Amino acid sequence: MSLSANARAWITEQPWRTWSSQALTIARIDLRRGLLSRRAWWVYLLAFAPVALIAAHAVFDSSQRSAGYLEEDTKVLAGIFQIYYMRLGIFFACMGIFTWLFRGEVAEKSLHYQFLVPVRREVLVLGKFLAGAFTAFVLFETAVLSSFVLMYLRFGPLGSAFVFSGPGLRHLWLYLLTTALACIGYGSVFLALSLVFRNPVIPGLLVMAWETINPIMPAILQKLSVAFYLRNLCPVQLPAEGLMALFTVVATPVPAVIAVIGLFCVTIAIIIFACFRIRTFEITYSTD
Amino acid sequence: MNASDNRIVFENVSKFYGEVLGVNRVNLALDPGITSLVGPNGSGKTTLMNLMTGLIRPTRGKVTVLGMTSADPEHLFRAVGYCTQFDSFPRGVSGYEFIYWPLRLHGLDHTRADQLTKEAIHRVGMMSAAERKVAGYSKGMRQRIRLAQAISHHPTVVVLDEPLNGLDPMARAETIALFQALGQHGMHVIISSHILEEVDRISDRVVLMSNGYVVAEGQIHDVRREVKDHPMQILVRCSNPAKLASQVFALDHVVEAKINSDGQGLLVRTRDAEQFYLLLNRVAAQGVVDVEAVAPADDDVNSIYQYLIGSDGSNA
Repeated sequence: MSLSANARAWITEQPWRTWSSQALTIARIDLRRGLLSRRAWWVYLLAFAPVALIAAHAVFDSSQRSAGYLEEDTKVLAGIFQIYYMRLGIFFACMGIFTWLFRGEVAEKSLHYQFLVPVRREVLVLGKFLAGAFTAFVLFETAVLSSFVLMYLRFGPLGSAFVFSGPGLRHLWLYLLTTALACIGYGSVFLALSLVFRNPVIPGLLVMAWETINPIMPAILQKLSVAFYLRNLCPVQLPAEGLMALFTVVATPVPAVIAVIGLFCVTIAIIIFACFRIRTFEITYSTD
Repeated sequence: MNASDNRIVFENVSKFYGEVLGVNRVNLALDPGITSLVGPNGSGKTTLMNLMTGLIRPTRGKVTVLGMTSADPEHLFRAVGYCTQFDSFPRGVSGYEFIYWPLRLHGLDHTRADQLTKEAIHRVGMMSAAERKVAGYSKGMRQRIRLAQAISHHPTVVVLDEPLNGLDPMARAETIALFQALGQHGMHVIISSHILEEVDRISDRVVLMSNGYVVAEGQIHDVRREVKDHPMQILVRCSNPAKLASQVFALDHVVEAKINSDGQGLLVRTRDAEQFYLLLNRVAAQGVVDVEAVAPADDDVNSIYQYLIGSDGSNA
C-alpha cells in the first residue's frame, strides 16, 4: 500500500467527530468557568485602555473635524494599533490568558482532573487553545472595533465617507484580521511555553525581546516571528523615524496572503509541539 | 484473553523525582478485589497510584491496567476512576458540575450524563448539597463528592488515595460498605489508607510499602505466615489454660505462653503455627482441655505493619 493510501486510510479511521466534540466541550468548560475572572482585571485594562483614551480624545477634540485631522487621526490609530496593541496589549494579554490555561490549573491543583478523562491530551491542548483564543478574540476585536468607531465617529459625514466610500472599511478589516492572527499567534507561543516552563514569564520576556530585535535579524530568522507577519498586514504605514522604525518598517515585505499563511504555519507548528509536549507532562504539584 | 487483561501489572517499575526515590523495582500483579496499599507517609503509595493512572511516568519499567497503558487515555479512563489525595477543585464548580462535565467528555449526551451524575451523588449521600459550590463544602463533603466523581462512570478499576480522610464514623462506614460492594462485583478497588483496622476488615490483599519498596504483598494471612522473625501469636480460649500451658511449654517452637488476666485464655507465641495447631487438636481430642475458640492474635494488617515497617516508618 502506498504512503498516500496509508495516510488516507489513517485519516479516515480517526474519530475526528469525537475529538472535535471533546475539544469543543473542553473549551466550553473553560469558558463557563470564566477564563477571565476579577483577578484578571489587568487584561481588560490592556484591551480597553486605548478605547478610553480615544473616547476622551473624541469628546475633548470634538471641534477638530477637518480632513487634515482625519488624516492625522488615521495615523494615530495606526500607531496605537501597531505599537500598542500588536506589541504590548495583545502580547501581554495572551501571556496572561494562555499561560493560565495550564499553569493556572497547576497552581490551583486541578489539572489532574482533565488528565483523568478519556480524552487524548492533544485534544485537551486544542480545546484549551480554543477557549483562550475565543476569550482573546472577544476582548481585543471588541476593543479594536470600538477604537476604530470612536476615532472616526466625531468626523460625522467626513468620517462616514472615509469609512464607507474610502479605504476605511479595508483598514478595519485588516485591523480585525491582524488582531485575530495576533491572538492565535501569541496565544500558541504562550500555550507552548507554559507546557515547557514552570514560570513562563521569563521566557515570555525573552520572546518579547526576540520580537523587538527581529527586524534586524537575517531574513530567514525574521520568519520565526509573529510580529513579522503581522507588520505585513497593517493597512497604514507609519513614518520610519529613529528607533520607532524597528516596530513599523518592514524591510522585506511579503504579500498579505503569504503573511496570513505563514502565520498559520508558525501557529500550527507551535501547537503541534505543544501536543507532543503534553504527552510527557506530569502532575507533580508539590514541586510546582 | 490474556491473563494480564484482567490485572494491574507493574513490571520492574521505578520512579525517581530527580534524585529522590519514589518507588524502586516494583513488581506487582493485582487481581480483581480490594487491594490496600499500606505504608507510612513517603513510602510510595501515591506514587504507585499516580503511575497506574498516568499522572506520572515511570523512570523505568512498565505499568499496564487491564492490558492498557496511560498512552491510551481514551480507553484507559473509561475503565479507571481515580479519587486522588488532592483536596482541590476546579474554580467555581458546584458538586453537580464537578461530576457532570467529565461525563460529557466520555461522549455521553446530556440526559445520560445527568442520570449518572445524580446516581453518583445519591450513592455518596450528597443530593441536598449537589447544586452548591464545592468551595462551600466541609472536608467530608469534598471527600464524598470526589469519590462520587471517581465512580460516576462505572469504572472497572477504582483507585482511591486516602478515601476515608475527613469522614465522620457514619460516612466512613457507608463508604466502606460501598467499597465492599464494588469489590464484590469483580472490580479492582485499590485503596491506600492509614486506618489499618478498616483496611484489615475490607481488604482481600495488602501491599506493604516502605521507603519506595514493596516490603510484602499478598493476602493478609499469607503475608503474616511469611514473617518468620516474629513468632505467631495465637489466643486460645479454653477451660484450663494452665494445663494447656504445661503441654505447650515442652515444645521447642513455643517461645512464650501467657495466661489471660481473666483466667479463661492462653496467649501463645510460636514459631511454627502449624505444629501448634496439631498439638492443640491432639490435646482437645484427648479431652485434656475444652477448647472454646482459637484465633490468631496478630494476623492483621496492624501487626504486620509493626513487624515489617515499624512505628517510625523505617523497615523493621
